Parts: sequence; structure tokens; C-alpha cells
Amino acid sequence: MKKPVIDAQGVDLTFQTNDGPVHALKDVNLEINKGDFVSFIGPSGCGKTTFLRCIAGLETPTGGKLTVNGISPEEARKARAYGYVFQAAGLYPWRTIAGNIKLPLEIMGYPKSEHDEHVRKVLELVDLSGFEKKFPWQLSGGMQQRASIARALAFDAEILLMDEPFGALDEIVRDHLNEQLLQLWARTEKTIGFVTHSIPEAVYLSTKIVVMSPRPGRITDVIESPLPKERPLEIRDTPEFIEIAHRVREGLRAGHDA
Amino acid sequence: MNRPDTTFEKIAWPIGFGLAVLVLWEIVVRGFGVSPAILPAPTAIAAAIRENPGTLWEDWVQTVLKGAVNGLWMGTLAALVVALIIDRFDFLKRGLLPVANFFAALPIVGLAPIMVMWFGFDWHSKAAVVAVMVFFPMLVNILGGLAAVDPMQRDLMRTYAASHAQTLQKLRGPAALPFLFNGLKIATSLALIGAIVAEYFGSPIRGMGFRITTEMGRLATDMVWAEIVVSAVTGTALYGLVAGIEKRVTFWHPSQRG
Repeated sequence: MKKPVIDAQGVDLTFQTNDGPVHALKDVNLEINKGDFVSFIGPSGCGKTTFLRCIAGLETPTGGKLTVNGISPEEARKARAYGYVFQAAGLYPWRTIAGNIKLPLEIMGYPKSEHDEHVRKVLELVDLSGFEKKFPWQLSGGMQQRASIARALAFDAEILLMDEPFGALDEIVRDHLNEQLLQLWARTEKTIGFVTHSIPEAVYLSTKIVVMSPRPGRITDVIESPLPKERPLEIRDTPEFIEIAHRVREGLRAGHDA
Repeated sequence: MNRPDTTFEKIAWPIGFGLAVLVLWEIVVRGFGVSPAILPAPTAIAAAIRENPGTLWEDWVQTVLKGAVNGLWMGTLAALVVALIIDRFDFLKRGLLPVANFFAALPIVGLAPIMVMWFGFDWHSKAAVVAVMVFFPMLVNILGGLAAVDPMQRDLMRTYAASHAQTLQKLRGPAALPFLFNGLKIATSLALIGAIVAEYFGSPIRGMGFRITTEMGRLATDMVWAEIVVSAVTGTALYGLVAGIEKRVTFWHPSQRG
């Protein structure tokens, strides 16, 4: 039996603001299976981050049905079902890199004797071995973001949610981190939800691309990528890649005109 | 022309200026035959300090150690406890904080005679004045510090399903430290002022404020100035002590990284 890890049926969310209600998500239907790499792409205000926050139990939908591992996102959050990577690294400046990665372990009550082993393992995954004792402000932006990914991986949640994690980095660093992220995904077999507004990034990384559009935030297209799991950076020059990118762009434009 | 000062120059400049002021002062007092009751010469003040170490020490213990320091830790501790309570309960934030701000605007030294009525002539009433003076700036600073954490950091703690106590201990407490030290720097100078001025309204026959008023009555201004010198040195030392601890504890803060 194959039940989706994340299952959204007719999810609706309206924020009450001082300027009146804002319809952030409208009738969102989506199934994400175990091991999928799903990207959410769309212009700002399309609800991609809001939907990711709904999955994380940080926002609560006002309508529809949303389950994570078959339970509500709120319960899944309390069961520590996912690691979350934010737009900024958000490392604590008073803790070393190792100390930052231990933070979730301390909160979740992992035995102290296991901490160092977890730190070693995840730092190796993000290629930051040897930086345990550095403070975040001694590292570059790209390295900080890698450390924050390591922090999200430290407690072995099966789902990884990433909200434009590389948005603030330059293109060269971004390419490198995208490549690393794919390797990491292949090694850990996690289910990944990834918000971005870069078309090449979405097409390069994903097995499934969710195209969204604003006012109200909704899904306009879901593309199952035919690209192989093994993806060198050069794959971005192949006709298949360009064709998918084209379809994403069409979807974005259609949403914009509507 | 634009090279930075060496360590020697950084120390030599202010010492040179200070000495120049003292020499000028001595010359003016002697040259114009200024009455010692109006302004004693620096040498006369130095002589008063040399001849009365016992009295100055006794006054210092009474005013600084018993009055100011006791009031300082009591007021700070009370502010810390109240800040944590106000922070926990939202209705207190809305109701109590404006009241606290109102009290913070009052000239607290005016309470000194009332405190003498309540707690007697000895150092207890002085410590009480200091505690009240220190309380409000500390409270406002600590509350500011506890609120200074950005929403992303709070969300991160929510994704770990961290409790209120864990968030306070691991995130908001450390983040509030720079604010706490800012408050402490203000509080140390307030404490010294409070402890001295409070003695003007009644005290046992020792203490820096007592000495200043009685020696002034006898026109023994050299002794008044001796007490002022002691309080200036004490104030600088206390400030330096707090700044030194701050540098060690909040080494990670941009203002301390230097």
C-alpha cells in the first residue's frame, strides 16, 4: 500500500488582516509521496511559503483537509516529523556550529552521549566537517546555510521542508549547493518540500514541480519530471530540461494573466 | 596623519589632558587666591584623601557596599523576576507595562524620605531607594531584550515543538543578554547617585552622602571633594566591571566582536 506522506484536499486559508480578509490559499489539492522532491514555484504572494508553513503546522488552514503522515500537521509538528530550513540561516551567534546542530537534540532530549555522533554525521552530509568549533559569524553565507540544513537533518526527521533556502546566495554558490542537496537527498531518501522562485532551480532539483499563482494563492499546474534521478549540472542544457522549464514558465504566465 | 592611535597614545592622551586640567586648576586657585571654601586646590584635596583614609573607607563601605550594591542586586533581581512574569502573561504586558513606564518617569530620589520612614536611618533605606531607582530601567531593558527575537527564530523553536521554558532558556534568554547589560550600565551609575543622595535625608554618622552634607556645613570642602573623587573612581570602576563582564558574556554580539 502506498499512502501519500503529505495529503492536501481542498485546503483553504484566509488571513484576517486590518485591511480585511486575504485569501492566501484556495482549493489546494496535492499528494506528496515518500521520497519525492517537490518544488513549489510562483511569484510572491502565490501562497507557496504559506502552504509549506501549513504542512509544518505553523499556519492552520481555515478549510479543507491536510494530513502529514496520516495525522494533522499540528500533531506531526509535535511528533517532530520534519526539519525546517528557513530563508535565512538563523544560526544562534552564541553557539558554535556544533552547538547549533545540538540545539534540536537538546530540546528533543536526545542522550548527551549521542550528540557528537549526530553532529559528525550531518556535518559530513553538508560537507562542513572540521567546522564544529567555529562560530556562525566566522563562516560565509553559503556555509551558514549549509550548517542550518545540517541542523534540520540532525534529528533524522523523514521530511525536510525548505523555504527558499538559497534565495539570498549568489548563483555560483547556489549551483554548488543545489548539486550537494541532490546528493544529500539521494543518500538520505528523505521527502523534501522546497519553495523557490527560480525556474532552473525547481526543474533541476525536483521530481514534482508545483506551479502556483497569486490572488488567491492556488495551484495552476503539477509537473511530474521525467528527468533521471542522477542529474549532473549539465543536464540543464538538454532538450528535456528546457522543455520542462518552458512548461513551468507557461504555467506561471497563465496564472499571471488570469 | 590618519593612522590609528597606538595603545600608548590611547592612554597618554586622556592622562595628559587630565593632568593639564589639574595643573590649570591649581594655578587658578593659588594665583587668584580663591577661598578654600569655594574651591580647594587639587593638592589640598589630595591631602584630605591622604589624611583620612579610615573615614573615607568607612563611608565607602557604608554607601557603596551596603547601600548601592545591595540595592543594585535587589532591584535587578526583582526586575528580572517581574519581567519573566510579565512576559509569560499577555494581559500583564498590556496592563502593567504602561504603569511601569509611568513610574519609570518619576524622580525616584524623591522617595528617599519615605524610605527612611519605612526602613530606618541605616543602609536598608538607601538600598531600598537604589532598588526602586534601578528596577524600572532594568525592567524595561529586559522586556525589550526578551521581545528582540525575530519571528523566524521563534518559528524555528516551534518546529522543534519546544516548550515556553526551553525557548526562554535556549533562545530568548541569551538573546536578551546584550539588553540586560545595557540596563546594568545605566543602573550602576543610578545606584551610586541614589545611595549618596538618599543619605541627605537622614543617615547614621557615616556614609558618603552624610559626609558631604556635614563637611559642607563646616565649610571643609576639601573633604567634600575627597568624597566626590572617591565616588567618581568607584563609578568608573563599577562601569568598567560591568563592561568587562559584558565583553566576556556577549562576545558573539556584533557590538562586541570588534
